[in-house]
Order: sequence, then structure tokens, then C-alpha cells
Amino acid sequence: MIPDAKIPAGPLAQKWQSHKTRLRLVNPANRRRYHVIVVGSGLAGSAAAASLGELGYEVSCFCYQDSPRRAHSIAAQGGINAAKNYQGDGDSVRRLFLDTIKGGDYRAREANVHRLAELSTAIIDQCVAQGVPFAREYGGHLANRSFGGAQVSRTFYARGQTGQQLLLGAYSALSRQIGAGAVRMYPRHEMLDLVLVGGHAKGIVTRNLATGEVRSWAADCVVLCTGGYGNVFYLSTNAQGCNVTATHRAHRRGALFANPCYTQIHPTCIPVHGEDQSKLTLMSESLRNDGRVWVPRDAADCGKDPSSIPEPDRDYFLERKYPSYGNLAPRDIASRAAKEVCDDGRGVGPAVGGRRLGVYLDFASSISRLGEGVIRERYGNLFDMYGNITGENAYRRPMRIYPAVHYTMGGLWVDYNLQSNIPGLFVGGEANFSDHGANRLGASALMQGLADGYFVLPSTVADYLAGVGLAGRPSGEGAEYRQAVAETNDRVARLLAVRGKETARSYHKRLGRIVWEACGMARSREGLTKAIADIRALRDDFWRNVSVPGDGADLTPELERAGRVADFLEFGELMCRDALVREESCGGHFRTEHQDDGEARRDDARFAHVAAWEWRGEGAEPVRHAEPLVYEDVQFTTRSYK
Amino acid sequence: MVKENAPGGHDATLRLTLRVWRQRRGQPGAFEEHTLAAVPTSASFLEMMDLLNEQLVRAGKEPFAFDHDCREGICGMCSMTINGMPHGPLPGVTTCQLHMRNFRDGETITVEPWRARAFPVLRDLAVDRSGFDKVIQAGGFISVRTGSAPEANTLPVPKPVADAAMDAAECIGCGACVASCKNGSAMLFVGAKVTHLNLLPQGAPEADRRAVAMVRAMDDAGFGNCTNYGECQAHCPKGITLDVIARLNRDYLGARLRGFFASTGKPRRGGD
Ligand SMILES: Cc1cc2nc3c(=O)[nH]c(=O)nc-3n(C[C@H](O)[C@H](O)[C@H](O)COP(=O)(O)OP(=O)(O)OC[C@H]3O[C@@H](n4cnc5c(N)ncnc54)[C@H](O)[C@@H]3O)c2cc1C
Ligand code: SF4
Ligand code: FES
Repeated sequence: MIPDAKIPAGPLAQKWQSHKTRLRLVNPANRRRYHVIVVGSGLAGSAAAASLGELGYEVSCFCYQDSPRRAHSIAAQGGINAAKNYQGDGDSVRRLFLDTIKGGDYRAREANVHRLAELSTAIIDQCVAQGVPFAREYGGHLANRSFGGAQVSRTFYARGQTGQQLLLGAYSALSRQIGAGAVRMYPRHEMLDLVLVGGHAKGIVTRNLATGEVRSWAADCVVLCTGGYGNVFYLSTNAQGCNVTATHRAHRRGALFANPCYTQIHPTCIPVHGEDQSKLTLMSESLRNDGRVWVPRDAADCGKDPSSIPEPDRDYFLERKYPSYGNLAPRDIASRAAKEVCDDGRGVGPAVGGRRLGVYLDFASSISRLGEGVIRERYGNLFDMYGNITGENAYRRPMRIYPAVHYTMGGLWVDYNLQSNIPGLFVGGEANFSDHGANRLGASALMQGLADGYFVLPSTVADYLAGVGLAGRPSGEGAEYRQAVAETNDRVARLLAVRGKETARSYHKRLGRIVWEACGMARSREGLTKAIADIRALRDDFWRNVSVPGDGADLTPELERAGRVADFLEFGELMCRDALVREESCGGHFRTEHQDDGEARRDDARFAHVAAWEWRGEGAEPVRHAEPLVYEDVQFTTRSYK
Repeated sequence: MVKENAPGGHDATLRLTLRVWRQRRGQPGAFEEHTLAAVPTSASFLEMMDLLNEQLVRAGKEPFAFDHDCREGICGMCSMTINGMPHGPLPGVTTCQLHMRNFRDGETITVEPWRARAFPVLRDLAVDRSGFDKVIQAGGFISVRTGSAPEANTLPVPKPVADAAMDAAECIGCGACVASCKNGSAMLFVGAKVTHLNLLPQGAPEADRRAVAMVRAMDDAGFGNCTNYGECQAHCPKGITLDVIARLNRDYLGARLRGFFASTGKPRRGGD
């Protein structure tokens, strides 16, 4: 049975405020006696650790990079949404809420999304006070832009580096607490297991990546803010170290994993250029504000210099298919449209593996309308990045873009308090499943990470701690801790002992290819069934034939990679299973059997629910639970961006 | 300047000789030589290092450890000295954003870690940069309680000021400035953070304390003195300029002076 989502009663717009007044508090004198572990130092983790430390709890924060400032939130380019209505263009909390619910294709919880929209404005206040240098107008007030298909300008940005600046703000708050002794920071530590005592989350096991030391840590509760699992696809816009390990290990300990098949493919990334490529680079979606997407009408023109193709021979397919949203159609829709034209043989750019997978994003008309200077001011660093990677000058010839894996809406199941089904285990940011349904709107992940970290977790964690009290706390000496450490050591030893012939990266690549083909932009029963069998076979092969040189008693990146790939090999199967059972198309999940002429066909009667998967052991079938999505306020409608 | 692709140049490959630094923590290190037969010119420098490591692992040998994460020039984790230059030959480009089309067929490339007293080698090409975090912990923040901030637009910030703060805030904390400096000074890094925060009206109340505390922490972390070589600016991938050092010196000296007068009973602003 699925646990209770604990949605508070009362009118939608008042739920959070009234819930907050009912949450229990911890006496300030006692806070220092509670130890909270926060895993992750991205927007969600840094914000949570800094805020909890400031409130007086004893906090330990872990991340795998050499510094908390390097969490992958740093790479976000485009911006962060907030319902400030500074532009007076009719925005409001209500409208941001409605856009997010609709954008998520009616697969998110109403109450969570409304809370997110409510908190959005306080985030901007907080960040500005911290010194985040958002773009400003000449009058000195904050500037906004429209982003990712929104019809109002509610996105705040800092050049093309919004994530970096927000993270540096959260990192500075975290650093202040570290300096004050309220938070202890453990960089270069990877969480490899969760420790349960009496059914509650009471600690973790980590490996010190610099020394190889494996040990456990006891705490009164554990907060996971470990980001998304997009790297299951091998090629994605995520950083190299992004992993599913922390959440998957918690899942193996009993935490439900919700909607793993909801992944987001971002339409504007630099196309794949070769076999040895290690990552894909996003070109901020804000580029679609000024760029027009097209391919040649005739496949025979695809190899030609784009400037030699006259206007009538170009197909501006987004403008053609979605006249009211045009180039700003939501991500899932824009991505699928690009795939369609390329599958139709009309892709552009160099052929990789015999296919041209790219479409043009053309700035020529904006440059002639606004001048190159304006375009340079808006997107200069993105054009530079594009030039570095492709060796092409996008001021002179159209950019080439293609969709790439970018974000994962699925994640550990949490209730309204962001607590998983394991008491004492909280999950924030991209690591949980809570707010974006089947598709996330642009500029909403940063908002969610900071809302969770600054404003939700500090209140709900306190409520849990006040409830369990200080009596009978685990000392960290118990058998549960020793057992978890022994199991982790055993697993590390197994990886080192295989001594096979293949690199972990080669398995990762093969896994990526399987899930990209079967569980990427288009999914079918046949493809998914085969993928599940293929992943199992690949996993068996991995454990027989992977090679991890060294003894692991030192900085050993190859061992780190192998451990993460091993977890992706288990998780990838779950993702495909989830996609297989969800016999409908919604948001980023497109089942070829369920469409009306290329447009997604949702099935609200059968699938208006959250799928939450329970681990039943290695090789055993996981169990799917369903949490019905009860909408008290909005009505299900079919998304249309035509 | 970035080298542009020749038409159809996507598939060209290079044969390279690599001299790469090998070192275990606390032990002396040495260069090791390897050859790679076919490196695609479209690959990034780190993808080239991946190819080398794959080759080593397949032969049952230990790969080289190096730091990296985002591979898009923003996290500041990658850190290689390439042919003697931190982040390699291209200005304004991090190691991860350097692409192999900028090298020649048959070339020998030397790859070393950051070399600086305050950045001890952990292994091979990876160093310990925790000194930077300690400097930020000492004062690289504006003290504001979660949830206590005023409405964001109540404090307008002139666009030129906001833009200048943003210029300084672009620092990615990579440490190339330290690695390129003969003295191993961190003044460009510290100057960038102090400039970002002290320029903004939100940062003014703590401006004096910030400058003094961060400089003190920088000295404690073992970074050297600045003697105006200017190499840091030349190797900074984010275009941070020496102005930030001038600003830091001004704020620091001003703060010390005000602190001195404060201790002799004269009016005090901030102080240390
Ligand atoms: C290229 C790119 C551009 C984006 N642009 C935007 C945008 O413009 N607007 C927007 O709203 N969103 C954007 N997003 C999405 C958004 O950036 C992320 O969803 C969000 O930042 C995630 O924050 P987080 O705190 O949940 O996780 P992260 O920032 O990913 O942090 C994860 C943390 O967990 C730690 N960690 C992970 N695993 C372990 C482990 N096993 N053990 C220990 N520590 C671990 C890491 O060290 C890190 O500190 C973008 C994403 C990408 C990839
Ligand atoms: S100032 Fe430049 S070189 Fe120094 S840490 Fe910052 S970005 Fe790197
Ligand atoms: S790997 Fe992130 S800046 Fe190079």
C-alpha cells in the first residue's frame, strides 16, 4: 500500500500557510542536540544545510566534488521563475501554479505545485539579499524575460549563468554556517548506503573519495538532495559525476521510487559529434526567444550550406505546427518535433552513425532586426561556448541543435512534507519526484530546489525531529551501522575483484544506447520489453567482465565510475518497466501506441496517478503502487499549444 | 581565437605523444609517456584524456586521476597545466572546453597538475583546493537569515553596478590564477569575491570585515603574496581582471585604517 501523501485539508491557496502553523517546532535550546545529515550541496542541499545550521541544528553536509560550490546546479543557464509580476503582464501565483500543472501534463500534485508557486517570490528576495547579481534594468530594478513557453515574463536571470549565481549565493550561506561551526562539510565523500534503525533513516555510509575510507555516520534524520539520474542515458547535459547511487541505494533500503520513466529531453543541445563524446552541452532554451528553428523542406538540400537555401525551401516546423507558441513550444513537444523531421531524413549537420541528427536554430532575422550587438549581449557566452565545441560561428551560420537528456522528473517518492515512505528520510530538489509531473517547465527546477531547501525542509524536518524526540537515539555503534559498512566494503571489493577486460565507461555507453533508443523520445511495448532483457544481459556481463585497476585505497575515479554504472544498470531496468506499464502518452513520456497523429494521448481514466515502485530484491520483480492524483481545484484538460 | 573547423574536418584525427604527471599523495612524482594513435579533432581535451585512460584500463594499468565534472566550463573542477599553461593555450577557455582541433598531428603534449604550495597533489593531476573554501568561509558572504530578506525591488541597484558585480562574480573558483602565479597568490580569486560583494549595496555593511577576514584566511591557507606579475589575469578562463586586486587592496587598507581609528576612539564603520 502506498503511504499517505499527507496533503493538508482546506482551500488550495491556504494549505501551506495553515499546515506550517501546525508543524511542530523544536525548542531552540535542544536544536544543537539533533544531528541532521544533508547529502548534496546543490541548490536544494546547500540551501537546506545552511538554513538548518542557522536554525541551530548540528548539520553535516556531504558532496562528491572537491567543493560544495561545484554541484551541478552551477550549470543551469537560463533562469529561475517567480510570480513577482514585476512586468505587470498579468502574472500571479495562481497563473504560475496553473502553468506548472498544465506544463506537467496533469501528472503533478496540486498542493505541492501551489506551494511552489507561493514560495517562488520569497526565493528572489532571499537571493537578492545574498548578493546574487541578477540582471537589472536601467532604473535599477530587476529584469525579467519570458522563457520556455510562458506567456508572461517571470524569469529572473544572471547572464547565461543563473544556476551558477544562485548556487554561489547558497554556497555563501552554507560557507557562513561552516565558518560559524554550525555545519560540518565533507567534500569528496560519496554516499553509498542508507542506514535504517528501527525502520527510520538514522545514518548513511560514505566512501571518502580521496582516501578510500568507508565509514558510517549516525544522525537523527537524513536529507537527500543528490540531484537527478539523467546520466543513466550516458550522454546527457548532466555533469560527469551525476548519479542515481544515493537515491537508488535508498530505494534498495525500502524507499519508493516514483515515476522513473518521466525524463526530460531538452530540445536545444549541441548535436552529438562523435563516438568518443562524453557529454552533451545544452544551449539555453532562452535562445528560442530570438532563434527560429528550421530544416530544409527537401531532404536533398540537407547537405547544402544553409545560407544557400532560400526561404521558401525551408520548413520552420515549430511555427508551422504550433502557430500560437511557435519556437517557444514546450520542451517535450519541441523535442519530438525535431526528432520527427530528422527521422523523416531532413536532419542537418555531419552524419554520425550514418544519420544527420540536427536542426537549425537560426538567428539571422533577429540579428538583422536587433543588430549583432544585442544578440551578443543576450547570448554572448552561449555563442562562445558553441564556437568552442563545434568550431562554428553562430553569428554567421545557424546553430545546429538536437534534443538531449536534460532533467529527470521522477525521483524518490515523498509526501507533502518531502518525507519519503521511510520515516526520517527527506528528499529535496531534483532527487524527489514531487512538483513537475510528467514534464518540467523551463526555469522551474532552480525554483523548486531553492523552495525545498530554504523554505520547506527546514520546517518539515523540525516537525519530524520534534515528533521523535531525543530519547533512545542511535549511537552509531549499533549492528545496523556495522552491517551497512560491511556490505559496502564487500561491494567495493567485488568491483575490484572482477578483473575483467572491459571499462566501466564502455558498459555505460552501451546502457545509454539501449535506454536512449527504447526509453528516450519515443517508447513502445516492443522496444521496452527488449530493452529490459538487454539491460539484464548487460548487467550480468558487467559483473563478469568489468575492469577496475588498483586497490581503491586512494583517489580512484575508475572505481567511482564502476559503482555508479552498476547502479545505473539496475535502475535503467526500473525506468523501462515504469515506461512499459504506463500505457499512455503524457509529457516527456511518449508511447508510440498512444497518439493521435503525433500528438500525445493521455489516459486519465487509467493513469491519473503517481507510480511508486518498491524494491523486492536483486532479480525479483519490483512492485508498483499507485497514488491517485486528486484534483480539487483544476480540471484535467488536454494540453494544446497549437 | 578558437580555431574553426575546416569543412568536413569533423573526422580528422591526430597522433599524439603525451607526457603525463603520475604521483601518489605524499610521494615524489614523475612524468610518464604514452602515445595515442587516433584522437578525433572534435574531441575535448578531457575526452582525449578519457581515451588515454580507457587504453590504460584495457591494458590492466591504472588510469590517471584528474578532476572534472560539468565539462562545460562552469563548475571550475577541471584543472590541468597543459604545456606549462594552466587550462592550456587558449585564453578564456577551461581545460574541459579546450578542443583537440587546437593541437597539431604528431605533437607532444605535457600535462601536469596545478603547481602551488597551497594546492597539494592528491593524486596524479588532482590537487586539494580546499584553501579556497576556507577563504570564502571567513567572509565571502552577506549575512542574511533565511526568510528574513526584504522585498527584492525595494533596493534598486544601478545597472552598471550590478553588471560590474556580475563580471566579478563570474569567477569559477578553478585556481588557475594561483597555479599561474610564481608566488602562488590567490589575490585574483579573493579580489573577485570581495569585488562582487563589496560593490553591491547589500554587501556594504560587512565590507570592511569581509576584506580583512578574507585576506587573513588567504594568508593562513598558505597562499603567497601578490607582486603584480599579472600572470593570473592572463590565465583566468573567466576574464577576471587585475582591477579586482586593486579593489581588494583598497578595501583592505581602508578597512585596516578605519579599524585603527576605531581602536583609537574615532568613528567606526564596520571594522574587523
Ligand atoms: C545544463 C543544465 C542547465 C539547466 N538550466 C536550468 C535553468 O535554466 N533553469 C532551471 O530552473 N533549471 C535548470 N536546470 C535544472 C537544474 O539545474 C537542476 O535540476 C537543479 O539545479 C538540481 O539541483 P539539486 O540541488 O537538486 O541537485 P544538484 O545541483 O545536481 O546537486 C546534487 C548534489 O548532490 C551531491 N551528490 C550526488 N550524488 C551523491 C552521492 N552519491 N554522494 C554524495 N553526494 C552526492 C553532489 O555532489 C551535489 O552536491 C538545468 C540543468 C542542466 C543540466
Ligand atoms: S579568478 Fe579566474 S583563474 Fe582564479 S579561480 Fe577565479 S576563474 Fe579561476
Ligand atoms: S569540468 Fe567543469 S569547468 Fe571544466
